[in-house]
Amino acid sequence: MSILVNADTKVIVQGLTGGQGKFYGLRNRAYGTKVVGGVSPKKAGTDVEGIPVYASVKDAVAETGATATMVIVPAPAAADAVLEAAEAGLALIVVVTEGIPMHDEASFYNRVKRDFPGSRILGPNCPGLLTPGECNIGFIPAEVAQAGGPVGIVSRSGTLTYQALNELAEKGIGVTTCVGIGGDPVPGTSFIDCLELFEADAATKAVIMFGEIGGSAEEEAAAYIEANMSKPVVSYVAGVTAPPGKKMGHAGAIISGSKGTAQAKMEVLEAAGVRVATNPTAAGELMAEVVSGL
Amino acid sequence: MDLFEYQGKQLFARYGIPVSAGAVAETVDDAVATAERVGYPVVIKAQVQVGGRGKAGGVKLANNADETREHAGNILGLDIKGHVVHRVWVEHASDIAEEYYASFTLDRAAKKYLGMLSAQGGVEIETVAEESPDALAKVEVDPVDGLSEAACRAWVEQAKLNPKADDGAVEILLKLYEAFVGADADLVEINPLILTPEGRVHALDAKVSLDDNARFRHPEWDEFTGLEKLDPREREASERGLQYVGLDGDVGLIANGAGLAMATCDIVHEVGGQPANFLDIGGGASAQVMANALEVINNDPSVKAIFINIFGGITKGEEVANGIVQALGQVDIASPIVIRLDGTNAEQGREILKAHESDRLVSKPTMVEAARTAVALARAARQASATMNKGTR
Repeated sequence: MSILVNADTKVIVQGLTGGQGKFYGLRNRAYGTKVVGGVSPKKAGTDVEGIPVYASVKDAVAETGATATMVIVPAPAAADAVLEAAEAGLALIVVVTEGIPMHDEASFYNRVKRDFPGSRILGPNCPGLLTPGECNIGFIPAEVAQAGGPVGIVSRSGTLTYQALNELAEKGIGVTTCVGIGGDPVPGTSFIDCLELFEADAATKAVIMFGEIGGSAEEEAAAYIEANMSKPVVSYVAGVTAPPGKKMGHAGAIISGSKGTAQAKMEVLEAAGVRVATNPTAAGELMAEVVSGL
Repeated sequence: MDLFEYQGKQLFARYGIPVSAGAVAETVDDAVATAERVGYPVVIKAQVQVGGRGKAGGVKLANNADETREHAGNILGLDIKGHVVHRVWVEHASDIAEEYYASFTLDRAAKKYLGMLSAQGGVEIETVAEESPDALAKVEVDPVDGLSEAACRAWVEQAKLNPKADDGAVEILLKLYEAFVGADADLVEINPLILTPEGRVHALDAKVSLDDNARFRHPEWDEFTGLEKLDPREREASERGLQYVGLDGDVGLIANGAGLAMATCDIVHEVGGQPANFLDIGGGASAQVMANALEVINNDPSVKAIFINIFGGITKGEEVANGIVQALGQVDIASPIVIRLDGTNAEQGREILKAHESDRLVSKPTMVEAARTAVALARAARQASATMNKGTR
């Protein structure tokens, strides 16, 4: 069992013929993901190492029956690519492209939510998601991950998603699904969305959640966990030592005033019954304790 | 990218938002010339990106050329909380009947735009929001639909401004919304938005933060860059396209991804060290980017040890390793390097590094071990230099 993707998920890649698109499209396929097509209006009819390239998402879906896409196009083209995928009826739109303007994100998020309620956006600026042994869409280095659960992973930061997988793998703990939601201002899928899916997934027995400073997504997640989660949650919030008022890297990670600091988030999470660690390795150790007690 | 007030006002003017007649001046003579042109009395305002400039003596009223000369002379070169004033904005002084607050930004929780308007302007809006939340009228705007005139008017009415200000406020707020979206701003704020005794509504200040991700469709932004005052380390890093924040410690850090970079700061702290910086080389960094990052860290004299923490997803291990090797060949790296390399093509990367490993380049399998080693090396270097200083004395 898993959430969002499994061994049967058919995936297309919007941007398969670009350098990054080709590298990760092929890497995802080599992992076992059913990468069934690519989209490039100019290169329709060709193929990328056996993966057929179509002129439009609509054509690709009609020919392959794909239900998911990885959007890996340059930032200026991302908004159109997302809308094209939603119009073609894809259920899962994984946007790994980084550097998309905030107004584009706000606009396509609300457009898809209103006009295409059957489509879910993951990202933008996310590393993708992985159901170990079944399906990997995006950048996650999946080799270390152990399949089968019992832990679900959700993280805002890409590299911390990998770190979480690594910490669990080193302790021999398996993962149901690992989701990187991305740190941009308008994430299509939130912590709460993933927590809800993990709560409903029979194979997931516990969840590890990596947050970071800025915004209020962790606080919202804490409220959700307190009210709705029966499964244990372990968390780490990056940026404990970040100085206030400094922008640490990407749009998600900015602190102003007291709200949004790692300390404030950790306190709220702890009050909601979450076991909070002060670094990723300690989070892995806490999760090992939780798993051994299941 | 945060704009200075004068840049924000120039941007507002392009969207038809009324601002006072004025100009920016870098010298006392320029300030006087502008004052003569726009007409006395004038307000002379320090152009710095920090709050509290009024209290610091950075905003003055002048009634004639002598006063302009005196105030502009005092303000230019003034240090306001570490920001030295290089430019002043000189504008015709406005008669103020009432002061309001107006802004648009993204509401991250609602994933929609949020307009805020208050009849209590001219003060810090955080204070208003905390002490009298009812005085802050909010409007949620769906980015797909935009802000209609009817919704804007209802919002203005809710804010209970002076009724004389309502029509002018609606007009300005619709234009401010256009500027927010059209100029790709993360934030547009007018504080104060004023009502004059004659009943005109008008922007007396401008705070604009532009979304750097939208630079590709705004070639006109080039005029704004190069004017921000940065820590020299931050300037060098920014010129090389690196995300860098200077901190006070002695362990230089390089990581990929903001989250991992922050976690690296956290873990260095936890094992008893102090990070000298936050540095994110970003996703998919090439060997050249890695080499640049090492050079930036190496140029910081407070760094005693360097900790490189890479978990490659889109960043490839062999690129990281080649970058380190390249940097070692190009410059004399003053501090020992500890590296932890995992993820995409990490095996290849470790293989490349193997030939170069020494007591100056150490590889560790986990983030915690690498942090401990780097902190220990920094401590040893600090003690060695303390001993050396004693010796020379």
